[in-house]
Amino acid sequence: MTVDQASQIREAVKGFILSEFLPGEDPGELRDDTPLITGGILDSIATLKLVAYVEESFGIDLAPHEADADHLNTISDISRLVESKLQGRP
Amino acid sequence: MSAFSALHQVLDEPLRLHADRVAVRDPGVGQVSYRELAELSGRLRDRLIALGVRPGDRVGIYLRKSIDAVAAMFGILKAGAAYVPVDPSAPPERNAYILHDCAARAVVVERDLAKGLLENHANHAAEAPPLLLLDGTRAGASLAAALERADAEAPAQRSESVIPPADSLAYILYTSGSTGRPKGVMLSHRNAVSFVDWCSSVFEPGSEDRFSSHAPFHFDLSILDVYVSLQHGATLVLIGSEIGKDPVRLASLIADERITVWYSAPSILGLLARYGALATRDYSALRAVLFAGEVFPVKHLRALHELWPRPAYYNLYGPTETNVCTFQRIPPVIPEQRTQPYPIGAVCSHLRAMVVDEQGREVARGSEGELCISGDGVMTGYWNLPEQSGRAFLAGAAGLRWYRTGDVVTEAADGTYTYLGRRDRMVKRRGYRVELGEIEACLYRHADVAEAAAIALADEEAGVRIRVFLACRDGKRPSLIELKRFCSEHLPLYMVPDLFSFATALPKTSTDKIDYQRLKELA
Repeated sequence: MTVDQASQIREAVKGFILSEFLPGEDPGELRDDTPLITGGILDSIATLKLVAYVEESFGIDLAPHEADADHLNTISDISRLVESKLQGRP
Repeated sequence: MSAFSALHQVLDEPLRLHADRVAVRDPGVGQVSYRELAELSGRLRDRLIALGVRPGDRVGIYLRKSIDAVAAMFGILKAGAAYVPVDPSAPPERNAYILHDCAARAVVVERDLAKGLLENHANHAAEAPPLLLLDGTRAGASLAAALERADAEAPAQRSESVIPPADSLAYILYTSGSTGRPKGVMLSHRNAVSFVDWCSSVFEPGSEDRFSSHAPFHFDLSILDVYVSLQHGATLVLIGSEIGKDPVRLASLIADERITVWYSAPSILGLLARYGALATRDYSALRAVLFAGEVFPVKHLRALHELWPRPAYYNLYGPTETNVCTFQRIPPVIPEQRTQPYPIGAVCSHLRAMVVDEQGREVARGSEGELCISGDGVMTGYWNLPEQSGRAFLAGAAGLRWYRTGDVVTEAADGTYTYLGRRDRMVKRRGYRVELGEIEACLYRHADVAEAAAIALADEEAGVRIRVFLACRDGKRPSLIELKRFCSEHLPLYMVPDLFSFATALPKTSTDKIDYQRLKELA
């Protein structure tokens, strides 16, 4: 995983969250450490949509227990999870 | 009809017939038999009485969904008190308000949740009630340990369970309130027992059944799950809030636990059909699927029906104030061309229904009007809100108390009712009631907000989406992230608005009220 790939993942996830769940928000307000689930930005249906987006865009599968605030609460968390899945691939 | 008048007496017969059967299961955590549930709740009754709880008092339950929480419900009822369950995931400020408002005489609470409760209680300048502290929840073991600790300090005397008069309160369920504060719906033993009896006559539960318990205990759907299941010696399978929202894990739980009777809001059933891979598992045990709380779009119902063709489907309707008051069995074939949601059905046999106009006069069958309900299932009123309680019932109706549901319906020639909409500003989200006024009241507490108006927009996927229009002081414009965080600190997550729009001032009507009609056009 290169630094570039990691930042590409973060940008893609950030773009998806801004367009789907925060239309009209100043992109500068959404930081890599902004709490998404505990901060009221993603409810349970929004979290499912995000999981579907991440799985499809990066060609990975998240385990059911990974779709929660412990694994997806910030853009950094999501990016780390995606990176670890991509690295684990043959 | 039941041979008993008090809700906790549902345990009597299964205790006599099959005390060692599994009463409640918490998958992956543990289970208890009817005998163990009766013993544990009896010990809590004795401790509550030792803490000073008397018949007619209220006792709070601030626990995550667990066998400990089920035992707490029965322990409180056995002490002759009413239980007040609060949402452990809601902001502590809101829960402290509820427990203060109902003047809880004691609270059964998890240690990690107690801190937020005590901090907020101080804001009400009131002394906190005695707390029975549990170290987490663990299939009843945490409650047992807390009782043992208390007994080691001063043993509680053994008492008999109280059989209170049928009109005394069994529980208070708080729902969203239009004035910005949650309001407590008071339900009596008579209300609950008449409803449980009706369920028994329609769904014919038996001791081989395995009921899902999907709804949280502060939600009125839980009454059917818990008491109907336990009255008939069946097994109640608890589903925690995390798994309950996750269609993938939920789908395997329903199959693995061989659930026979499922009951939930339609939204999670729609998600199960879409994401649950239902075709890959064995659901042959499932015999009935009950849903309530909001409209089930036919498209999603049909998709579910195709994946689960075997069970009988029931659409149940009713506000917390009456619990289920009308119901309909969905026909075994859902026609391809049908797009209209199914009617809410016919009135339940323990209740009566009437449709009235704006003046409260009964309308001719087939005309639109507000649905009113009377009978044994109808609440006694709202806690500590005499004016709202008065307004909830039809004025001047001789003899009978008719609860005004606020729902506009029509009655067909065969006596089934079709839901058309609301008279007021309440909407349903994932089965929960949301008063748009409560969201506005929350936003008005934000320092930058000068004006706030919330409207609900129909949404095929989410049911409804909530859009808020704001006018802010001095041209300030808080970020959406900040606003969502602020709302999530004061409101349950299902009430946090989806969309925000800003204006320098909100449009007004000629009488200088916020023009909601205009806002809907703008949205």
